[in-house]
Amino acid sequence: MAEPMRGPGHGPGGRRGMAPPPGMKIEKGTIKRLLTYLGDYKFRLLFVMICILVSAVASVASSLFIQSLIDDHILPMLTQANPQFNGLLKAIGNVCIIFGAGIFANFFSTITMAVVAQSTLKDIRDEMFAHMQNLPVRYFDTRTHGEVMSHCTNDADTLRQMLAQSLPNLFSSIVSMIAVLCSMLHLSVWLTLVVVGFAVLMVILAGKIAGKSGGFFMKQQKNLGELNGYIEEMINGQKVVKVFCHEEAAKKDFDEKNRQLCEASTSANTMANILMPIMGNLGYVLYVAVAVIGGVMGITGVANLSIGGEPVLTLGTIASFLTLSRNFVNPITQISNQLNAVVMAMAGAARIFKLLDEKPEEDHGSVTLVNVCVDEGGEMTECPQRTGHWAWKVPNGVTVRQNHENRDVNAAEGFELVPMEGRITMYQVDFGYTEEKEVLHDITLYAEPGQKVALVGATGAGKTTITNLINRFYDIDDGKIRYDGININNIRKADLRNSLGIVLQDVNLFTGTVMENIRYGKLDATDEECIAAAKLANADGFIRMLPDGYDTVLEGDGSGLSQGQRQLISIARAAVADPPVMILDEATSSIDTRTEAIVQRGMDNLMHGRTVFVIAHRLSTIQNSDVIMVMDQGRIIERGDHEHLMEEKGRYYQLYTGAFELD
Amino acid sequence: MIKKLAPYIGEYKKQTVMTPLFVMLEVIMDIGIPLIMADLIDQGIEQGNMNVILKYGAFLLAAALLALFFGALSGRTAAVASNGFAKNLRRAMYYKVQDYSFSNIDHFSTASIVTRLTTDVSNVQMAFQMLTRVAVRSPGMLVFSFAAAYKIDPKMCLIFVGNIPVLLIGLLFIMKFVHPIFDRVFKNYDKLNNVVQENLYAVRVVKSFNRQKFETEKFQTMSGGIYKDFVKAEKMMAFVSPLMQLCMYTCILLISWIGAKAVIASGNNADLGLSTGELMSLVTYTMQILMSLMMLGMIFMMLTMARAAGNRIVEILEEESDIITPENPVMEVTDGSVVFEHVDFAYKKGEGHTGRNALNDINLHIASGETVGILGGTGSSKSTLVQMIPRLYDVTSGSVKVGGVDVRHYDLEVLRKQVAMVLQKNVLFSGTIKENLRWGAADATDEEIQRVCRLACADEFISQMPDGYDSHIEQGGTNVSGGQRQRLCIARALIAKPKILILDDSTSAVDMKTDAMIRKAFAEEIPDTTKIIIAQRVASVQDADKIVVLDDGRIAAVGTHEELLETSDIYREVYESQNKATLGEGGAV
Repeated sequence: MAEPMRGPGHGPGGRRGMAPPPGMKIEKGTIKRLLTYLGDYKFRLLFVMICILVSAVASVASSLFIQSLIDDHILPMLTQANPQFNGLLKAIGNVCIIFGAGIFANFFSTITMAVVAQSTLKDIRDEMFAHMQNLPVRYFDTRTHGEVMSHCTNDADTLRQMLAQSLPNLFSSIVSMIAVLCSMLHLSVWLTLVVVGFAVLMVILAGKIAGKSGGFFMKQQKNLGELNGYIEEMINGQKVVKVFCHEEAAKKDFDEKNRQLCEASTSANTMANILMPIMGNLGYVLYVAVAVIGGVMGITGVANLSIGGEPVLTLGTIASFLTLSRNFVNPITQISNQLNAVVMAMAGAARIFKLLDEKPEEDHGSVTLVNVCVDEGGEMTECPQRTGHWAWKVPNGVTVRQNHENRDVNAAEGFELVPMEGRITMYQVDFGYTEEKEVLHDITLYAEPGQKVALVGATGAGKTTITNLINRFYDIDDGKIRYDGININNIRKADLRNSLGIVLQDVNLFTGTVMENIRYGKLDATDEECIAAAKLANADGFIRMLPDGYDTVLEGDGSGLSQGQRQLISIARAAVADPPVMILDEATSSIDTRTEAIVQRGMDNLMHGRTVFVIAHRLSTIQNSDVIMVMDQGRIIERGDHEHLMEEKGRYYQLYTGAFELD
Repeated sequence: MIKKLAPYIGEYKKQTVMTPLFVMLEVIMDIGIPLIMADLIDQGIEQGNMNVILKYGAFLLAAALLALFFGALSGRTAAVASNGFAKNLRRAMYYKVQDYSFSNIDHFSTASIVTRLTTDVSNVQMAFQMLTRVAVRSPGMLVFSFAAAYKIDPKMCLIFVGNIPVLLIGLLFIMKFVHPIFDRVFKNYDKLNNVVQENLYAVRVVKSFNRQKFETEKFQTMSGGIYKDFVKAEKMMAFVSPLMQLCMYTCILLISWIGAKAVIASGNNADLGLSTGELMSLVTYTMQILMSLMMLGMIFMMLTMARAAGNRIVEILEEESDIITPENPVMEVTDGSVVFEHVDFAYKKGEGHTGRNALNDINLHIASGETVGILGGTGSSKSTLVQMIPRLYDVTSGSVKVGGVDVRHYDLEVLRKQVAMVLQKNVLFSGTIKENLRWGAADATDEEIQRVCRLACADEFISQMPDGYDSHIEQGGTNVSGGQRQRLCIARALIAKPKILILDDSTSAVDMKTDAMIRKAFAEEIPDTTKIIIAQRVASVQDADKIVVLDDGRIAAVGTHEELLETSDIYREVYESQNKATLGEGGAV
């Protein structure tokens, strides 16, 4: 695209550069929306929750088992002269069942959650991509690729991790805590209060540390994004760096960014690393506190208050309580560990949802393009196969203006077939990419069927903009564009664009073989058709010289090819589509003129009787055009064929002879 | 690989060594704590002895604080060491890439270099931190726990001995199954991202061919494949935790049964056999042993994943630049003359090249200050030819001389400062216009910048921009038009005041009139500079002192415009194709 169209405030963003998240805050709407995605799996999620519940109970039971083993079986048996092991065996049998249930529950919850997380992510990812396909060109023109890219990669990935790991972890931690809390209350309310009080202190501390590390973490992400963006830019321009011997300067900038990242990430990492030892060992402090307080209460025989109803705190109870207190504190450590991941993922989810909320391209068109058979009498009937004749299928109620006569259509079938001729007219069109700056003023243009229409003018005169409007990449602000008498706003966008073949100056190829790239123009084209198109574009010769000919795999936008070769492939791609109307926007700028002449002859044959728009700097390319429009600063200042314009001795004449005159 | 990466620990050796040391100390504390806890229960709570409770409580507190201290210290040193290591690694790689020649850069694609510098380094950094912390902790825990358990009751340890192989074999089996799937998943991820990126770049192509559905289906097939693989892998991974639990619960139950018998047999006397406190400690150690085993398994998996990343990093570091400044280099370029003598050149095979000669027996003499035009068809190796002059590639045979000296004898920087080249695929960098132009000469004054912009006919549009020369250029120069970008690139090359200026189709997006003005300015303002111009338009080169016509890597003809019209069919054909109409009017030359 030729016009500068970057919104303010979009700094350099590498492909892997992350947009810094807007602070450590989770928006409520994001959670709600995420839940709607998970809602599709609500029964599975319910199942997961039950499983986690069972599994958590089993693990609490396992930690209590040893104590009850000692209290209820070993100690009583010690006093028996002839110990009976039957009771013990039964207890072990019981717990065996609980453990077994726990193991199965754990297995099923993990497996189900993995499927749910992956499915949800696939849903979101597919929706995101499909939505992206429907966004207007303007969306992409106003954002860096890195920015959009990071939604699909980084944001989606952190979200998956959160769903698959952090979320079940969090839930299981909370369930464990509740289970343990109940057990503790069962034994002693007073000691429970001590434990809970301490836990609250730990949570506050963990929050403080997490908050601090969160700050460092954000800074790390920002620096990482900057460094990655810098690396990406420099490596992409590495050849220019070499040509200018700019290596030393490039190293200096890099070192500074690298150092900043190292500093920030060291701080963030340190915080994350020390969280575990702090929380884990504070758990021991609690252990001691419970032991001492419990010991005092047990020895002095303070009245116990418990849901279980034990009147005094026995020594066995205290021992059990000690184990429980550790089980209560461990999940806190777990949760605080996961918090960062959750916050990051939610910020990512918020960005993803923002993309999904972008308004897609609007299309109110109802007129479609169909193949028709024409009988001897000139009567047209719609037919499914490709006939080389096209017609607009215009439903009743859509006005078709031809020859400036207003004709109301009221055919019995409910539609009328209007032959597709390729007559494109623009009336007094004004347009600006932004509201502030109008780049096209009062453009009126007629392209009669079969004409070759050329647009010439300096860079920035608005030539490319006109083509952007014809295929409705952008919509006009004022005026009208008609296609065979039909307002293009009434034509379905897909059909409008199908009728227009466009070859752009900046060639984009796709990963795949040369053949696949050519076939992109017409997906059901045979190999022979593709090769014929390549021959027409004069690309056949060099393609056969490639290591694997037509099966050579192009990667990285066809980086192994020269600019001219890439243009030839893109012309072949358009040729195989065989569209009724063609727009060539500097399509041959990097091709030598001899090859260009051959290509042009081929194209002229192909496009015989069809309308072609050509934009070119090289005037030799457009000399044989039927109409040449000379543009300047968004206006058409001259129009006519070559001879006519040369006679006029206006701007075209100057452009054409300018090079000679100046010398 | 580890041997090759280890030197980049560099100044962080101290922290790298300290980390495992602190971790070991922490482990010792972690092992000691259950022992103290056992005594606290056995001798304190069970006996109802407050003094003992307080005594062991104090021990426990001290041990916990020490463990916290060492844990925090190791956390700090590990963070410093691993991030420092990553920093050194990144710097080494980046510096290395700066020394790469064009053919080195061709060898790796830019995308691949970027991935290696970013994602791969992160993976290696994580593995490094794991190695220094957890890889010490887990075996340490394992050994100490086992020793402590053995001390309590050697017979009970047989339970672990029976269980551990089951766990290990299970884990290994799972990993063996899962690893290739994850490998595939990550590769497919790259491909998926590639599809997204291509679609971003080619949004206009997709839309104008109406291929939205096609692309979406392509994407969904890939994301579906990833989904299937991922689910398959995760289903396997779902066995890990239950397997672990199975082993743990089995151990606990066995210990309970056998332990209970032993306690009763000994009469709960630690001296005679097993006590209840010891039984509890045994259970704690069981968990620690199995946990460490799990962690070891995880580390093993992470390391195998990081190994691939490490190897990719080593590849970057070991790639030797094939174009380096020779010893005792020539430090001055005396004039702007260029001589090609019997030059043959072939790109390295692979990456879209067949290994066939791109240049064949090129002989060419260009005097200092001459203007030389190069014409030729697409794929006739015009760019390749001029890239020999600043030694961006080395000839396969023959020699290229600048100022009478073989380019391979110059100091590279000296040579390239004197041979300024505007590449066909040129880029601007994010920053102001001024900053971009100063790439050519860091100390250029504002006046000089304005002068070269006038030469390149860029001053007019720059002055129309809101901030003039301080206007911001986006990455890749996307906020200026193609023609403007080309003119800025020409200005950037001019500012170094080179003896030789090479324009590789650098005005293709500039209109004829401006193109002519630029050439006029060159002729008047920098007459002593040798100018080599690759062009598609005959008009761009027809006034050159010499025009070289290339065809399929060979020089087809050399001469002035008039001479070539007489002698060269190719040239005449090109000329006529571009000037049909004007010739008819007779007003062309």
